[in-house]
Parts: sequence; C-alpha cells; structure tokens
Amino acid sequence: MTDEKNVVVNVDNLVAGYLPGVNILNGCNLIAREGELIGIIGPNGAGKSTLLKAIFGQSKVREGAVFLNGENITGLKADKLVERGVGYVPQNNNVFPSLTIEENLQMGVYQKPDKYDEGLELVTSLFSELGSRLKQRAGSLSGGERQMVAMGRALMMNPSVLLLDEPSAGLSPVRQDEAFLRVSDINKAGVTTIMVEQNARRCLQICDRGYVLDQGKDAVTGSGRDLLNDPKVIELYLGSLGA
Amino acid sequence: MDINSIFINTAQALFSPVTIAFAMAALGLAIHFGFVGLLNFGIAGFMAVGAYGYAISTLTFGFPWWAAFLASMAASALFAVLLGIPTLQLRGDYLAIVTIAAAEIVRLLLLSTTWIKTTGSADGLVAYANDFRSINPFPDGTYGFGPWSYTANQFWVLIFALVVLALAALLLWRLVRSPWGRVIKGIREDEDAVRALGKNVFAYKMQALVVGGIVAGLGGALYVLPSSANPMLFATSLTFFVWTALLLGGAATVFGPLLGAVIFWVLQAFLGSLLPAMADAGLLGALSSAQAGALRFVLVGILLVVIVIVRPQGIVGDKRELTFVRK
Amino acid sequence: MSGSKPLKKAPQKSTGLHVGDASPGVKKVDPILVADHVSRKFGGLVAVDVEHVEIPRGAITALIGPNGAGKTTLFNLLTGFDKPDTGTWSFSGKDLAGVPAHKVAKMGQVRTFQLTKALGLLTVLENMKLGAKDQTGESLFQSIFPFLWKKQEEEIEERALEILERFKLLKLKDDFAASLSGGQRKLLEMARALMTKPTLVMLDEPMAGVNPALTESLLEHILDLKTEGMTVLFVEHDMHMVRHIADWVIVMAEGRIIAEGPPEDVMKDEAVVDAYLGSHQDVDLGVVTGRITLPKGEK
Repeated sequence: MTDEKNVVVNVDNLVAGYLPGVNILNGCNLIAREGELIGIIGPNGAGKSTLLKAIFGQSKVREGAVFLNGENITGLKADKLVERGVGYVPQNNNVFPSLTIEENLQMGVYQKPDKYDEGLELVTSLFSELGSRLKQRAGSLSGGERQMVAMGRALMMNPSVLLLDEPSAGLSPVRQDEAFLRVSDINKAGVTTIMVEQNARRCLQICDRGYVLDQGKDAVTGSGRDLLNDPKVIELYLGSLGA
Repeated sequence: MDINSIFINTAQALFSPVTIAFAMAALGLAIHFGFVGLLNFGIAGFMAVGAYGYAISTLTFGFPWWAAFLASMAASALFAVLLGIPTLQLRGDYLAIVTIAAAEIVRLLLLSTTWIKTTGSADGLVAYANDFRSINPFPDGTYGFGPWSYTANQFWVLIFALVVLALAALLLWRLVRSPWGRVIKGIREDEDAVRALGKNVFAYKMQALVVGGIVAGLGGALYVLPSSANPMLFATSLTFFVWTALLLGGAATVFGPLLGAVIFWVLQAFLGSLLPAMADAGLLGALSSAQAGALRFVLVGILLVVIVIVRPQGIVGDKRELTFVRK
Repeated sequence: MSGSKPLKKAPQKSTGLHVGDASPGVKKVDPILVADHVSRKFGGLVAVDVEHVEIPRGAITALIGPNGAGKTTLFNLLTGFDKPDTGTWSFSGKDLAGVPAHKVAKMGQVRTFQLTKALGLLTVLENMKLGAKDQTGESLFQSIFPFLWKKQEEEIEERALEILERFKLLKLKDDFAASLSGGQRKLLEMARALMTKPTLVMLDEPMAGVNPALTESLLEHILDLKTEGMTVLFVEHDMHMVRHIADWVIVMAEGRIIAEGPPEDVMKDEAVVDAYLGSHQDVDLGVVTGRITLPKGEK
C-alpha cells in the first residue's frame, strides 16, 4: 500500500503570501510519497500556484515548513533545490524564446553541464518530437510545444520531484490531453510529481491523490477517483457539465 | 550663524509667487502624470512657453495684461497639441525622451540670437509687467507682517497668483471628479479596455495634455511676472524640481502638488540659507558658502530618489494608485 | 453518472442559420458581420487568411481552434484593434475598413479580452458607469458643470446597479475591481460590456481561468444575451461549454477556417478532431493511461 512508501515532500501548516499583511496560504498541508502523482485543484485565488512557489522557494513563507526527504528546505533558494533533485515548470514565460530548443535544454543542466547527454536521452525518450527539432527557435513554437520544451528542460537534471504549474493552461483540447498523458508518462518513469491544475477533471482522472485548496487551506483530500466522484467536490469545484 | 535671517528666508518661501507658480506647474504635471500617466519630462518647456507667451505678447505686440494671459494660455495649448500629435502614440519611456528634447528645443530657440529682438536671447526680457501693475488695486504701502512684508506691487502679484491657483485647483478638482475624470483614470490603467467601450482615447489624452499644459504655462507666466524672463530659468533641472515637488506631495491628487510645492520651496529656502551659514561658521569643513549653497541641489536629488523608492504615492497619495516598482 | 446538478434549462438552440450546405465560408440567412478576403501577416507568418465568413445575427457562435490559429487576431481585426493587410468587412451593412476601435465599439460591437481588463483602480460601480455611452459628463467643457450631467449620471447608476444585481456583484459595488477574484472580474467585464447596449458581443475566452463551478453562471449570462436579442461570438477551448450553448461553430486552424456548422456536426469532423479536439474527447484519461481499470460496460 502507498502508506508504506517514503514521504518525499511534506508541507506542514504553511502560511505564505506576497504583499505584506496579506496571506494567500493559511495553514496548508500536503504530503507526496515516492512515485505518486499528486493533483492540486481549487478555485482562483485559493493559493494553488502560491503553494508550488512556496515549495520551490519563490514566495515568502511566514509560518510552517516544507520538508524534502526529511530535510527542512523552507526558504531555500531555487538553485539549492535543483541541486537536491527538484524540478519546476512555471505556468508562464517558461521557455527562453530567443534560444533554440537545444539551448533551452542546455539551460536545464546549467548547474551540471556534463549531465547534458544523459538528460537529452531521457527527455527525447519521453518527447520524441523534440529530438528532431533541436535547432528550432523556442519563440516560434506553439503553446503546446513550448509546454513540452519547458517540461523537458525541467527533466534534464533527472529530478526525483517535479512541480508543474498548470501544464494544460491555454491549450486546445487535443494538446491538453497530450500534456496530461505526458505528465502521466513522466510520473510512470519514477518521478514524484505534484501538479497544479485548472482543468480539475482531467487532473483528477490521472492523479493518485488530490488536494482541493480553498482559501489557502487544503479543504478536501483523497484519491483522484474518490474526489472525481464526490458530490460536494463536483458541486463546488468541478461543475456538472461534461463527462 | 544668523538664525533670524535663516528664519525669515524660510518663512518667506511659504507665501511667495515663486512657490505659487511652482504649485501651478506641479498641478499641470499632476494632470499629465498623476491622472493620465503621461511621463512628461518637459514641463519646463511648458512653463517657458507660458512665460515668454506673456512677455512677448506684452512687449512685442503691446497686448494689455489680460490679453497677454490669454495669449500665454493659447501658446501653451498650441505647444501641447504640437507635442501631442506625434508623441501620444508613443510608449511611456519614449514619450519621456521626446518631452525632454522638446523642452530643450524651446529653451535653445529662446536662447538663439536669431530672434533676439523678440526673445532677448540670453539677456531675457524685462519690464513686461507694467500693464499688470497698472491695475493694482492696492495703494502704495507695506502689507503683511513680520517676515511676510510686501510692497503694493509684490502684494498684488501674490494675491493675483493665489486667486489663479485657487481657480485652477478648483477646476481640476471638478474635472477629476466628473465622468471625464473617470475616463482619464481608466485610460491611465488600460487604454484598450477604454477603447473597447467606445471612448476616443487619443482625444482624451490630448485634452489632458492641453489642460495640464495650460495650467503649467500659467505657472510659468506667474513665475516670471514679478521679475524677468530668462532661458536659464527653464533648464531641465526645473523639470526635475517640479517632479520632486509633485511626487513629494502626491502625484494623483489635486492637493498633493500644492503641498509638495510649498514643502519643496520652504526646504530649498531653508537649506539655501542654512548651508552657507554653516559653511561660514566653519561647520562644513572646507566647503565655501557658495559650494554649500549648491549642496542643497544634491540633497534635492537624493530626496527625489528616496521618495520614488520608499513612498512613491507621496504624502497625501494613495499607495494603490502609484507604484513604480512593477511586479 | 455522478450526482450532478443540471443547468436550470436546456438552452433553445437556433437552427436554420445557414444557406445551403454547411462548409467554411457558408452564407448565413441573416448575417450581422460579413468579412471578405481578410488577411494579416506578422513578418513572414500568416496569422489570418479568411476568404469569407459570415456571423449569424441573434445566435451564439463559437470560434474554436488550436492556439496560434488566428482567433484572437481575427477578433482584433474585426473590432478595429488591428489593421488587416487585405480585406473588407461590414457590420450590419456598414463598412468597417479603417474604422478605429472606439468607433466600432460605438456602432454596437463590444469585445472583451483574453486577459481580463477590469480596471483595478476603479471601483466596480465606476467600471460599470464607464461603460455607458453618450455621456455628457465625459466631454471636457461640460464636465466642469455638474448640473449638466448629474441627472444622466443618476440614470446610468440605476442601470448599472440593475445589471450588477443580475450578475450577483451588487454587494461589491464600492470595492476596487483589483480586489475581486479572477472569475468575478470576468463577470464584471461582461457586465460592463452590457452597459454599452451592444448588438454584437464578442467574448475572447470568457471561461479562461474561471472555476468550473462559476462557469455555469457565466453560461447563463451568455444565454441571457441571446434572449435579449444580442448576437454573441465567443472564442473558447472548453468544448463542453461550446456544445452546450453554441448554435453555430466556426473552426480555425493556421489562419484559415477549416469547418463550420452546428456543434455536433463540427465536433465529428475528422479534420477538426485531428487538429483540435483529439480522440480522447469523452474518454477518461485514467483509462487511456492504464491507471485505472473499470468494470466491463462502463466508460
């Protein structure tokens, strides 16, 4: 059973925000075990992106702590987290448009350039189309293709934990499905994955466990399937349209 | 150190036509920047056009005082339109560069000897206030008390300037609170949104440029009314002084520029008397009193930097309205 | 099926909108917007290349297609926010070539933006009042004399409050728009657009970034627009929403229109499925990825 697996990421009662005096997260908790695919959904302003940023040291943590494999990483800067095997794919501005795909991927191994070949092999095995277009300028790519490059860049260091901020945002239905399938593949390859999503339905369909954030707290949690079929979750967060 | 004369100089700055003229210029800039978000770094140019507009219409064309004021306003309006047509489409930072250039062009044109008969070139213009003085209702004598003692002419200029300032402030206050003001506020934040609602954004920006320009131009006229007009007065440093006064008080308010102008000039007068006195008394090391006097401009510069970083909304401004630090 | 709450009423779809067979560029019985040979290039990239398109009056039309297909660019061209390289187009018979954006809006065409433009530094009520057209108080000279525009302002406020009530934003009327949530700002933008008394409402991704739970109320408001006689054209990615309220669907890809028709027909079109919808439209991705196995017979 999953309960016996190691806890990789542990977010303990996190309080965080951007503007002084205004907290977005008000005591948020989250646990991700080894190899799990965790989904975070919830209304706008609930703190989903902030939670991810707080884990990655990108937003000010005021109370509480974040642990990675038992080590307290609260407030550690991004480069230290990448060293520790954490990858992060932001929602916007996640590729360097003036650089080629190859150069974007090279940026991914900035800290350890000699890992480039290894990383490239991993990334092209997951995203075969990238391999044939390495010299293409990232700025000329469509939204879905950029998403792929952004994810690829984060995977170049072969991280053990991957944080994704709304990987399907702004994509057409077919590209969204592709993005979700990609995330699932990455997770199956052994990467503990935490994903924030607006497309709650698709997110819950593929994740092992989900957290519904509301007003900065983890309001509901359970397995992906349980949340998908929970009438309260449907009423408050999923809406009744669609499959 | 002569504390008494320091006190007198400082107190006089509180009620001086220069301070009031400055407040007018700051008010005009408040319309441009505080309300529409136009980065006008050429406000000195508007002041020069207003000042020389008055002086030249009196001296060269023999206008009576009221016509000279009208001519001054018309000149400012024309300058605003000429400046606005090519620049209002420009992005903020480009607008700033062009306005600096425009103000310098005005100053250099005034400095040129080509039209020396009309502009006086580097010597400037004098003796254009006679008609204005002739309608002075106050008979000869001294008015006021203590440090605020004025001759009849000085008093007349002061009262007149105060009345103009009050009218301008009232007018702007009304404008800002009207639906016109609402459109302007919207434009400052997002032009496209306002366009999508059917408003002609270019026309509104031009109107604001003209209104602010006329107010600043009148400030220029009041600035030189008690003394003489000279291109040196309207250098780029004047623009930055007005900016400092505006930001100090609160750029997106009507009261802010008035407050800022008063504080600025009182501070200038205070430091202008104190620092040389300190230098003479040997308190500032090897600095001569002339150098010490110039030190106050350094301090103004530092003040400007500090305001922008620490409190960009100024004293009376609302923090939400103005932050230069883009997140 | 999960225990879901259905929408209050199934929308009444408009039919018979087109003349002849449904194909890209098909004529409409009563078009409100007609465009011919509209093209726009950015550098070497063709953003829009539409031979002919007509938008049916009084109906809800959805404009769908992958990112980069040219949907927002087409929006910008039709509303005067961008100039096309070639083409003519008209709104209710009036030629729109060269007409600037604010004039197009005055003619009755209002648009919203992909990135909501609720003016954050104005209050909700001020945002609404800004939307009203032909305000005497907005003219420079007349604004100085409140007595000239006070009465009109009161009438405008009354109408604004009515619309805010409908959109359930009345309580927030004096709050700065910046303090509203993303979904509330979308509602405000739509409510504000209604203040212009438009005939054609063009919504650019009205659902983007809005909670699925709030989506339903937004949909109701869009349906209300149609009930009140307005024409709606919207860009969306949410196919459930499109299927639910759109009377007509236009599909764009790579700057061209590749399909047109009622939603059910268009969504079965092979070209559309390949370019845009994907074959897993109504399939649970948990099944596709093999993460779950469902008992036989279920989907």
